[in-house]
Amino acid sequence: MSALDVAVTRKAYRSERGEIVALADVAFAVRAGQLACLLGPSGSGKTTLLSLIAGLDRAYDGKIRRGGDAGGRLGMVFQTPRLMPWLTARDNVCLALDPAPGSAARAEKMLADMQLGAYLDAFPCQLSGGQQRRVALARAFVNDPDLLLLDEPFQSLDAPTAQHLRDLLLALWSRRRPTILFVTHDLREALSLGDRVLFLSAGPGRVVLDLPLDLPRPRSPDGAAVEALRKRLLESYPDLLRGLASEQESAA
Amino acid sequence: MVSLRLSDAWLRSLSAVTLLVLWQAAAGAAASPLLPGPAAVATALAKLAVDGRLLTDLGITLLRVAASFALAMAAGSAIGILMGHNRRVDGLFDLWLVLGLNIPALVIIFLCYLWLGLNEVAAIVAVALNKVPNTAVILREGARAVDRDLLQVADVLKLSRSRRLREVYLPQLYPYLMAASRSGLSLIWKIVLVVELVGRSNGVGFQLGVYFQFFDITSILAYTASFVAVMLAIEGWAMRPLQRRLTRWRA
Repeated sequence: MSALDVAVTRKAYRSERGEIVALADVAFAVRAGQLACLLGPSGSGKTTLLSLIAGLDRAYDGKIRRGGDAGGRLGMVFQTPRLMPWLTARDNVCLALDPAPGSAARAEKMLADMQLGAYLDAFPCQLSGGQQRRVALARAFVNDPDLLLLDEPFQSLDAPTAQHLRDLLLALWSRRRPTILFVTHDLREALSLGDRVLFLSAGPGRVVLDLPLDLPRPRSPDGAAVEALRKRLLESYPDLLRGLASEQESAA
Repeated sequence: MVSLRLSDAWLRSLSAVTLLVLWQAAAGAAASPLLPGPAAVATALAKLAVDGRLLTDLGITLLRVAASFALAMAAGSAIGILMGHNRRVDGLFDLWLVLGLNIPALVIIFLCYLWLGLNEVAAIVAVALNKVPNTAVILREGARAVDRDLLQVADVLKLSRSRRLREVYLPQLYPYLMAASRSGLSLIWKIVLVVELVGRSNGVGFQLGVYFQFFDITSILAYTASFVAVMLAIEGWAMRPLQRRLTRWRA
């Protein structure tokens, strides 16, 4: 049974320049426990799609079904950490938990798993960018979500920090096995993380390629296996991958 | 940090002492009942507190300040937040707000007494009405500045209404609520005195009016000093610590 069924026939925005169609005929299903990456150039409607799945925006044509009772528990990591500046790291994580006697301890355990045990009482402004993202990751994981949506969560971090966070994510995923939809515009990141990569076209976004991945783990975004696959993909689908961030960089 | 605070306190004391010395010197030079010195005022203050009705008047005035402050903050915040979030409501009431901000306090006071009668309700409503537009304008800005991204986090986490309010929404308004409270308190106590002078038979404002008729400048200054002292205490012991607590997360 799939944990997520997406069938969005159309999602449009009204803007000053008239109506902009962000998504057109996006359809895919993700099975429970799968780590699916959604890859697309900027403007392909990735973030829009995530907010539809999260239920933040209900103005669209089509149908989205999240598995489990009443849609199951949802975790989400946004492009920016979106921590409450007035709450400590612990309280930010507690926000995802129903107030109960054990919830603070649970949040502390989660932060300790993220190597933030020394920063429980720190406010976000006292944390580095990488630390803030780890708190955001802890907040998303702490309530054992059935479905986790991540929207380019590690962008604008330096490469070692981003890789460290990817490793943390994979460790948490292999331990708890939530279904994950990971949005990125970085082909290497997608290939190093996913069980599967869904390629979105430039706006209006459509799924143009659904690529299952069986590369052995652990993988590295700079490793030989990922690199070989990336080359093969670029040769087979040159049009498809135009506009992706990492590919523009390598072309430059 | 500690040394900074100490020097800060020193500076404040020095400034207060300088003011008193200048005042005493001016009073000595003038040598006139029109300008009593701080010592004379302090003596009068002590005497009025013990024998006179200063403490009663002070208490009554403070009660009026508290009541109109609470009323003005509640109504002004509700109106401001509503206007900040709803463009239609904002368009509808913006003109009213500008009007409210510009009607002289005295006009509102007269109208309240004429319409509601010379009673306590009219007095408190008149003071509150003078402050409501100001609070509404400040809170409207606050509501407009609310970060929708953080509200989305509350949506994703399916927070209950009360947690959403307490942990996500209201903290964003605290700086605006604090600004409205602090400016409000000083505005309100000034207007309360006028309201008492015009239509009440007790309170600091009424008593100041009596001393004015008797040319009793020493007593006027004594009453003023006592009231200013209370307001300074509220600012120092309630407002500033509260502000520190609410903004301690700032770097």
